[in-house]
Parts: sequence; C-alpha cells; structure tokens
Amino acid sequence: MFKYVKQLTSLVAMVAVLFAFTTETMAAKKSKTLKNTMKKGFVRCGVSQGLPGFSNADAAGNWTGVDVDVCRAVAAAVLGDANKVKFTPLSAKERFTALTSGEIDILSRNTTWTLSRDADLGVTFVGVNFYDGQGFMVRKDSGITSTSQFKNGISACTNIGTTTELNMRDFFNSKGISYEPVAFEKADEVVAAYDSGRCDTYTTDKSGLAAQRTKMTNPDDHLVLPETISKEPLGPVVRQGDAVWEDIVRWSLNVMIEAEEYGISSLNADAMKVSENPAVKRLVGTEGELGSYLGLDQDWSLRIIKQVGNYGESYKRNIADTGILPDRGPNNIWTKGGLLYTPPAR
Amino acid sequence: MKLKKILPQLLTLLFIILVFGFFTMNAQENMGARGLEFGFGFLKTQASFDIQFSLIDYDGSHTYARAYLVGLLNTLLVAFIGIILATLLGAVVGVARLSPNYLIRKTASFYIEFFRNIPLLLQIFFWYFAALRALPMLEDAPMLLNSSFMTIKGLYAPAPIWTNFDVFFTTIITAMIIIFFFARYAKKKQEQEGKRLPVFFISLAIFIFLPLLTFLIGGVDLSWSYPVIRQMSQSSYTFDGGLKIPPELIALTLALTLYTATFIAENVRAGIQGIGKGQKEAAASIGLTPNQVLKLVIMPQALRIIIPPTTNQYLNLTKNSSLAAAIAYPDLVLVFAGTAMMQTGRAIEIVGITMATYLTISLCISLLMNWYNKRIAIQEK
Repeated sequence: MFKYVKQLTSLVAMVAVLFAFTTETMAAKKSKTLKNTMKKGFVRCGVSQGLPGFSNADAAGNWTGVDVDVCRAVAAAVLGDANKVKFTPLSAKERFTALTSGEIDILSRNTTWTLSRDADLGVTFVGVNFYDGQGFMVRKDSGITSTSQFKNGISACTNIGTTTELNMRDFFNSKGISYEPVAFEKADEVVAAYDSGRCDTYTTDKSGLAAQRTKMTNPDDHLVLPETISKEPLGPVVRQGDAVWEDIVRWSLNVMIEAEEYGISSLNADAMKVSENPAVKRLVGTEGELGSYLGLDQDWSLRIIKQVGNYGESYKRNIADTGILPDRGPNNIWTKGGLLYTPPAR
Repeated sequence: MKLKKILPQLLTLLFIILVFGFFTMNAQENMGARGLEFGFGFLKTQASFDIQFSLIDYDGSHTYARAYLVGLLNTLLVAFIGIILATLLGAVVGVARLSPNYLIRKTASFYIEFFRNIPLLLQIFFWYFAALRALPMLEDAPMLLNSSFMTIKGLYAPAPIWTNFDVFFTTIITAMIIIFFFARYAKKKQEQEGKRLPVFFISLAIFIFLPLLTFLIGGVDLSWSYPVIRQMSQSSYTFDGGLKIPPELIALTLALTLYTATFIAENVRAGIQGIGKGQKEAAASIGLTPNQVLKLVIMPQALRIIIPPTTNQYLNLTKNSSLAAAIAYPDLVLVFAGTAMMQTGRAIEIVGITMATYLTISLCISLLMNWYNKRIAIQEK
C-alpha cells in the first residue's frame, strides 16, 4: 500500500513539473506552425505573381510591397530577421489551396476578406492591410467620365476567380445594363486584351487598376472612373486551426499600424525607448510582457518597427513613392481621417 | 496452378485498393483537420457569375451545375469544330504533300514543319493577340458578303430566325434516312444486276429539294436578323442583333485546327504511302479509272493505317482545348476548374469532376473511332 502511495506521489510530482514546463512555453508548444517556422528558419509566404505596390519582384528577385512587408514583419518578430522569408508567387486560383495544403503559412496576396472565404475555405483572415474597392478603367477618348454613361452591350475585361466577377455582375444587374464579361486567367492577358481594344472597360480593384495602368502602351490614354462599386478589404490570411500563429500574424500587422499611430518609425524606434507614454513603451518592448503571450521574446515588436518600419513608411515606400496611389484615402490612420484602427497592443 | 495465375492479379488489385485507400484517408483526415467538408452539394447553389459565351440559356442566377454544363458544351463545341476542320485540312495537306507539283508539295511540307514545331500555347497567343489585334475596330470594319463584320470584338453575322423550325429539322432527318436506304438499295441493285445508279446526284437532290419543299407547303420560313452598329460612347461601338462569334472562339479554333491538321496530314501521307505500288498498278490493269483506283483500292486500305493515329490526334485536340483558359474562352477549365473552383474552394471535388469529364469525352471519341476502325478493317471471310 505504502509503495503505491509513494509511486503515486512521484507521479503527481512528475505531472506537476511537466505541467509547469508546459505552461511556460505553451504558446510555442501549441503552435505547430510557429515551431516549424523556427525549425526551418524562414517564413513561408504566398504572394501575387506581380502586382506593383503590393507584391512585386525586381530583376534581382527582391520582393517589395505592402503585402510583402506583412510577411517580413512576421519574420522579424519570429526569427529576428525580416529577410528570412521564402516567397511563393501564386495565381488567384491557387492561393487558398496552397495555404490549406500547408505549402505556405501566410497568404499575403491582395486577398479580399469575405464571409464565405472566411467561413467555408478552412482559412482565417487576420486583419486588413489595405482598404480597396472595385472600379472601372476606360479609354479617355470614349468621353466616359462616370459609370452612369455605360450603355447596353459594353464588354468588360477582368480576371477569373476573384470577387471582381461577382461584383461586376451585381453592378451591371442593378443598373439593368447588359454586358459581355471577358474573363482571363492572368492579369497580364487582361491588360493586353483591354489595351488592344477587345474590351470597352477593365474592371478590378482600384489599386490594381492604378498599378496596371502603368503597364499600358500609353498610360495617359486611360482613366480610372471615380465610382467604387464594392468594398474590398484586403488582408493577410492564415490556415484555420492554429490560433497562436493567427495571433502572431494579426499582431505583427497591428504593431505596424499602431506604431504609425504613436509616431514610432524605423528611424526613431530606439530613441522611443525612453518615452513617457506607456503605449509607446509597450511597442518598443520596455514595458509589459506582450511577446511572451505569443511565445515570442520581448523585442519582437521593436524588431518589426526597426526592420520593416511602421505602416506609413511601408505605404510611402511601396505605393505612394511609386506613383500608384499617392493619396492615402481610407488607408490612413483613424486619427487622420482614415480607416486604420487597431485594437490596443497591451 | 490456378492460384499461381490469379495471385499476381490479386496482389495488384490489393495494391491499387491500398494506394487509393491511403490517398482517400489522407485527404479526408487533412480536410477534416482544416474544417473542410467533402461533398457535391455546392453544385446546387447559385453561381453568381456570368459567362461570356454560352450555347444554352445561362446567367449568374443559375446553379454551378448549369455553369458546368455551359463550360462542357463550350469545350465540346470547340473540339467538334476543331476536329472537323483539322480532318478536312489534314486530308488536303496530306494529299498535297504527295502532289507531283513541286510548289504544292513544298508548300504543304513547309506548312507542316512550321506549325508542328511551335508550341500550341504560343500559337493560341499569336492568333489571339497578334492576328486579332490587326482586326479593325467596330466602326472601321468593312462589310463582308453584304451582311457580316469581322472586328476586334468578334465576328458579327446575320442570325437566322426560323418559323416552324421543327418541321424543317424533321424533314432533314427524313431526307437523310431516305438517302441511307436508297444507297443500300443502289448497292444491292449493282451487286445483283450490275446496273449503276447515279447515287451521289440523286442523294444530293433529295437532300436539297425535300427540305426546300417545306418552305412551300410546310409553313417553314426563314428570315435573317442583321447586325446593326450602335454607338455606345464617343469611341466605342457595339452591334445589336445578329449572331456574335467571340474572337476567343475563332482564335482557339484556328490555332487548334492549324496545329492538329499537321499531324493528321502526316497520318494521311503515311497511309497513302503505306499502300504498295503494285496495288495501284494492278487496279489500273483491270481497267479501273484513276478515281476508282483511289476510291475502291487505295483509300479503303489507307484508312486502316490512318484511323488509329488520327484518333490520337482527335483526343489531343480535345484535351488541348483546355488551353482556352489563357485567352478567356469560357471552356470547362476556365468556367468550372477556374471561376467555380475559386468561388467555392472545392478544389478536390471540382478537379475530380473535371478529370472525369475529360476522361469520358476522350473515351467516347475513342469508342467511336474504334467502332469505325473495326468497320473498315479487313473482313476475313
């Protein structure tokens, strides 16, 4: 009898020790994706096949863009180096399958957040890094300056497999206009077909229109109409079922946005360590233990800000300075009249 | 002894079942882990996207199942037109390659070597972007045959408007049945009495005059709806009425036809050259005319060499039509394995259905050609 009691106590002790050990690194233990990422030494990120401003590779194979920066932020937070990212270019058709099958761990590819995608595809949207809306481009010499001038029989070029096709139908149906949808698999062919005169209008997200306009034979011959026919909140996506990884990606993005809100940039991040404001101090890692909740170290957010920059820096570098959309519009911090509002990092 | 025979078969079967079982289990487990459900219920939900070109009534309020049907019919349409045109062109070019005329012979071989050796996708892009871009805008398009317009937005032709089309259609079918029996009767008569009837001309007469008769007494009428140009804005136009054939279909058909015809031409040449010279000489020596030699002696034998590899080309053409996705022709791959797959996220189900569909189409073509091949094979008596 005594023997059993002794055994039982040691068992309880063992379990207790084990349990204590578990709670300490529970976040890291629970997240398979985080563990795998640390083991591999790089973040696997799915991006577009080339959309200037969002995710685009230069001749040397360096990826830039606001979507790319989300993955870089995660790499900086998890691995300590924003360059430790492996980018996988994906078509609109492949993107969710690549994510759910485990080929990539973050999908950051100008992807619209919708209920059906969020609930039905086995993926989770973690936030919005660009507020977009679908628009139309027409040739200037058509004299069209508003979608109200569209007439029956108009032909519209677009991409397949996107919310664009659905919005387009909703729009033309609600206006009672008959139209001819010409849907291509790749954006380059859409541009070529519209440019050659096959279609009267080209419709996709407005940021996409602005970026693709630069690829036309004569960009100045084309005009993006002022109307926006849909809400297109674009944001990073992760696989369903790994809540910790989901939190890491969500808060990596939130840190970039909140850093801009509090005026912390890659240039002044170190100086901000002595700030009086506790919200600022939490972001640069001198107050609180936010990193440990995510299974990360204390400097995770500081590294994001120092290596990638805040959201405003990323926008300026990728979208404003490249001439795609110099006006930030809704993609500004809420305190400056935009829509970017994140829950507090505390 | 019997076991020894069956055992390898049993093991193979077991292996196949295990492999399939493993993949099914694996897929199920992983889909379950990611909260995905397997099922075909999505086919009954509303598709919500429009399709440019459809042979049946379709808009976004129809179901995914209907969208699938639209894609399937578009695939079959391009395959059907492509196979017919490629066969005709291939036969002509194949014979031309054996022409005694130097210029015709060399032109035919140049055409074959050129189109056979350029990747098909490139040719599709060429016809779509390079050749079609050279076409005029709608307002500048010259009128062809006093009724049609070939423009960058497609071919606009007059559309037939029928009254009592069913009467006309039934008459055509009847005419074809009459011709079939007449041909059999004529053949029998020739075998029994040695008398030859002008089968071709009589058949042609039946085929033309019987349907024409319905216009006079059957109440059938045909009028045409002509395309009329309309301005949509300062620089863009469209046509109202008439029949519109999208440039994507034209480019795809052109590319598939020109590409596949080269292979069929080579089959035809091989078939004709595969018949010994002695056959021709023997046939000529018993007094057959050159036409009869070709029709009664050479072709029946050459066809046996031509048909099997040409069946392969038909299958290739059908499968290659899936490249349509690149130039926005709404075929099965673009509509179903493209848009529908993206909107529903049902990758496994949709790819499965698409694969099964292509397999079925290919097997049907194969069966048909095998039946024809058997019919023309040497009948051992």
